Amino acid sequence: MTRTEPGDRASATPWGAPWEPMVRALERRRPPLPRFRSPLRGPWLTSVLGAVLLAALPVVIVTGLLSYIAYGPQFGQAIPGDVGFLHLPWFDWPASPSWLYRLTQGLHVGLGLVLVPVVLAKLWSVAPKLFAWPPVRSPAEVLERLSLLLLVGGILFEIVTGLLNIQYDYVFGFSFYAAHYVGAWVFIGGFVAHVALKLPHMWRALRSRSLRAELRTSVADTRPEEPDPHGLVAPDPAPPTMSRRGLLAVVGGGSLLVAALTAGQTVGGPLRGLAFLLPRGRTTAAADGGPNDFPVNKTFVASGIDPGALDAWVLELTGGTVPVRLDRAALAALPGHTATLPIACVEGWSTVQVWTGVRLRDLAALAGVPAPASAVVRSLEQGAFAQATLTSGQVRHPDALLALAVNGAPLAPDHGFPARVIVPALPGVHNTKWVRSIEFRSA
Amino acid sequence: MRRLYGAGPGHLAALLLAFALAGYAASIVAGDPLWPWMAVWFVAVVVVHDGLLSPFAAVADAVLRFCLRWFPRRPARPTTVNYVRVPALGAALTFLMFWPGIVRQGEPVVRGQTGLDQGPFLGRWLLLVAAMIAVSALVYGVRRLTRRSAAGG
Repeated sequence: MTRTEPGDRASATPWGAPWEPMVRALERRRPPLPRFRSPLRGPWLTSVLGAVLLAALPVVIVTGLLSYIAYGPQFGQAIPGDVGFLHLPWFDWPASPSWLYRLTQGLHVGLGLVLVPVVLAKLWSVAPKLFAWPPVRSPAEVLERLSLLLLVGGILFEIVTGLLNIQYDYVFGFSFYAAHYVGAWVFIGGFVAHVALKLPHMWRALRSRSLRAELRTSVADTRPEEPDPHGLVAPDPAPPTMSRRGLLAVVGGGSLLVAALTAGQTVGGPLRGLAFLLPRGRTTAAADGGPNDFPVNKTFVASGIDPGALDAWVLELTGGTVPVRLDRAALAALPGHTATLPIACVEGWSTVQVWTGVRLRDLAALAGVPAPASAVVRSLEQGAFAQATLTSGQVRHPDALLALAVNGAPLAPDHGFPARVIVPALPGVHNTKWVRSIEFRSA
Repeated sequence: MRRLYGAGPGHLAALLLAFALAGYAASIVAGDPLWPWMAVWFVAVVVVHDGLLSPFAAVADAVLRFCLRWFPRRPARPTTVNYVRVPALGAALTFLMFWPGIVRQGEPVVRGQTGLDQGPFLGRWLLLVAAMIAVSALVYGVRRLTRRSAAGG
């Protein structure tokens, strides 16, 4: 042993430390622990999987944090409300390009899902360390083991809560938004520390074998890696049943399978059906291919709105000197505008449709607030997402609409009849449906 | 430092920062009455993965290799096990990821949020698993035939 590196089991043993006899005694009392015999495990394999995660996870992290900004924390409508300094630098979420949230959130969910097989393979590759004996030999190892709980607990917690949320399964009972955001920061801390401690090992291990040569090695020629100080390489390896190439193909194949089964919910169109195990692989129960046949976020029935309330529906615009009231006929008589815009939801699914309605900025002018600083849109429904505040940039964008029609037909009740907001790049749930009033604020 | 702690000061600093960040992040939900549940789930996912799913997978793989070795008239080739492993992994992965739809968990919320039921998912998943098994069996059969003809030819 010539080098002492943190994390190298053998060299981290603090010989001469006061607890050395305890560590020695523990070593002699090794209980019957599971034996790991796969000849594929080793620092090289772990590092290849680690390198993939190191490249991809930052994308998942940043797009997730961007989603928090997109929800409009400056209006108190991002969840959790107060996150101290744990956020990206504040900025107004832009309204163009219109596909921005579709891209960032599609990446967040899509890439997060595709990485699930890689995460599982990475955990499999380091499984022997879980049963290393003695479990710890120094305070450094105690801390490092605890930090692995942040790392592994963090990533698994994010995967599990995320997977349940995109399938609307709230079996956990707590707030998904709050838990997923806090879990993310717990993971980020563990992830950064892990990378800081392991990056040199990863680099060295990656250089210990050639990926190209490994991808040409058959099962018969597969040999265990050199014995390592981390305890990843099996001391008595079993004969190989799979090459490293085969294992990487299984993991990559798993990721491809997940990609094939999930991309459709974001890409939409004819590919939507490929996401046949996800709720957003379908459009509507009728699936009639009509103008309103695209995924619904919260049905009219679930909104709890009394259908009778729609008969005498009047839109109220406030913020000017006097409130302005418009019924459906009056709205339809205003200059109209048509725009092709996506609905992109936090669950990663999206759908692009052609919307027709009145520009929000025209309504602002009509209300007597031609240059609004923000606008509060309220729905007929009650509850968590029954209102949303829009930034000045979102209200003034030429494609930001109070939509009355979609694909040339009146909005269906499930899509927000008589009128809904549709703003470019706005998180789906803030495109308020069944709009009752809009308050334009001048400051 | 190294004698007592077991690593350099950078090691300690990185880990203390991670714990400080975790503690600060957790304080965001300290006022949430359900924060203990979040903590329970955080630990439970690790326990379920490390203590339940991983050992189960390891034992299942050992049983599978044992069966292939001792039950066929001639012991199977070492790589034959992969024709079972791959579809089994595919089935397990898709089941774990898309579990809520397959077992119809939380259907009332799904109905309210999407207007759709969860009826089709179990059948679709079974078809997917059947397709993975069929493809694997087909590849196995073709490989065996070509190998036999190569050996016999």
